[in-house]
Amino acid sequence: MIEQTGPLPLLAPSPGSSFTDLLDSMGSRPTWSVPAGEKLPPAPEGTTVLALRYEGGVVMAGDRRATEGHLVAHRRIRKVFPADRYAAISIAGIAGLATEMVKLFQVELEHYEKIEGVRLSLDGQASFLARLVRGQLPMAFQGLVVVPLFAGYDLREGRGRLFSYDAVGGRYEEIDFGSTGSGARLAKSYLRTVYREDLGADEAAELAVKALVAASQEDTATGGPDLTRGIYPNVIRIDSEGFVELDDSEVAPLARQAVEAIR
Amino acid sequence: MTIPFYVPPEQQVRDKAEFARKGIARGRSIIAVDYADGVLLLAENPSTALHKISEVYDRIAFAGVGRYNEFETLRKAGIRQADLMGYLYSRDDVTAMGLATAFAQTLGVIFTRDPKPYEVEILIVEIAEEGAEQGGDEHRLFRVTYDGTLYDERSFVAIGGKAEQLTEALEDLWEESMTLERALEVGTEAFRRAEGRDSEGWEAAVLDFSNGRRAFRRLTGDELPAK
Repeated sequence: MIEQTGPLPLLAPSPGSSFTDLLDSMGSRPTWSVPAGEKLPPAPEGTTVLALRYEGGVVMAGDRRATEGHLVAHRRIRKVFPADRYAAISIAGIAGLATEMVKLFQVELEHYEKIEGVRLSLDGQASFLARLVRGQLPMAFQGLVVVPLFAGYDLREGRGRLFSYDAVGGRYEEIDFGSTGSGARLAKSYLRTVYREDLGADEAAELAVKALVAASQEDTATGGPDLTRGIYPNVIRIDSEGFVELDDSEVAPLARQAVEAIR
Repeated sequence: MTIPFYVPPEQQVRDKAEFARKGIARGRSIIAVDYADGVLLLAENPSTALHKISEVYDRIAFAGVGRYNEFETLRKAGIRQADLMGYLYSRDDVTAMGLATAFAQTLGVIFTRDPKPYEVEILIVEIAEEGAEQGGDEHRLFRVTYDGTLYDERSFVAIGGKAEQLTEALEDLWEESMTLERALEVGTEAFRRAEGRDSEGWEAAVLDFSNGRRAFRRLTGDELPAK
């Protein structure tokens, strides 16, 4: 336990710059556990997210649907989030756990930066995320799987980088594109046919949306753009200037174009 | 075993306070000044690596004078407290008021319980939510002394050995709704009057509405006033 002098946590568990360790030491880290033999209550699942590298950075996109079994649970869920000014995280899997993991990851990065006075390197961020996923392993055995996708602009190396993960915390750097979630295979096979190394930022965003639309054609859990309700994928871009989320007014024409192109 | 001499509590408190004040007086001072778009924190600091001013939360900054290791311990504890509160509840629930009272209580406990008090004085500064000034919400400038006494200041505040002289100079120099450039001029002039010499280097940071959610930004290179 942390020694308390008055209300402030003066001493933290060593090395002291991790917010997650601080939560653990206080017993405040959320955990879930399903008793043996019990059935899991239905919980909404987030589906397809993807990211691809282009010349100046990375584009990441996610559809907006969450499913519960064969039903649509949410139509406007968000699966793509900023991690800090130069990185983004998106998540597929049990939505409740996923959003909690994102929140913890965001606080962790900001906490480290404030305590240490410098940002965690992109490699450091990616490997910390692997640790969070690994910590989820007991829950993964009970069917509560969460698999993230992580991308950012590496200021040291001057290029966009992207990492995919597996359910046990394995971390794999991708040189072109990555995807996770129920429609991942479909999105990846689409991207494989159109991907080039010299893509520009706008082309990359266009391909990201097209890949999501392609996935939504075959996978019922992936939500295509809903033109009548005005629900479009979340698309973000990270380059040397940092994180930018594309406005709905920018994504809408891409979505319309992608839907029209599909027969 | 020897029996310790009886020391009356008044004497003990006086001795500790004198000890802490002496330690603080040796260090260089820091000021915080309101300007049109936020609050400027300015410190005389020859080191570019060891900071006295830092970010605590979205709209909250911390500054400390005195023993580096002691205010650094407090700074980190403040960040932990703020991030814990924000994570467990909401980012809106982290306030300078809550943090300042936590710092005050902690320093108070250390002062009475530990054989050696902390030789520090700290500032906790929070800018009002953007556009909230019209509604009467103001920037918060809290000063906490070595024994945990908490002061709530307006418009400008100074801590450290030359705090009194700096406050006097700022009473004369401070104007409402200054630009950042003007605030820097006022700040450096206050230091010049209080110290009666040129600065050995500056550390400066702002909490400014224009920076988005995380309002804290260090001034670097050309933005810093000349020595």
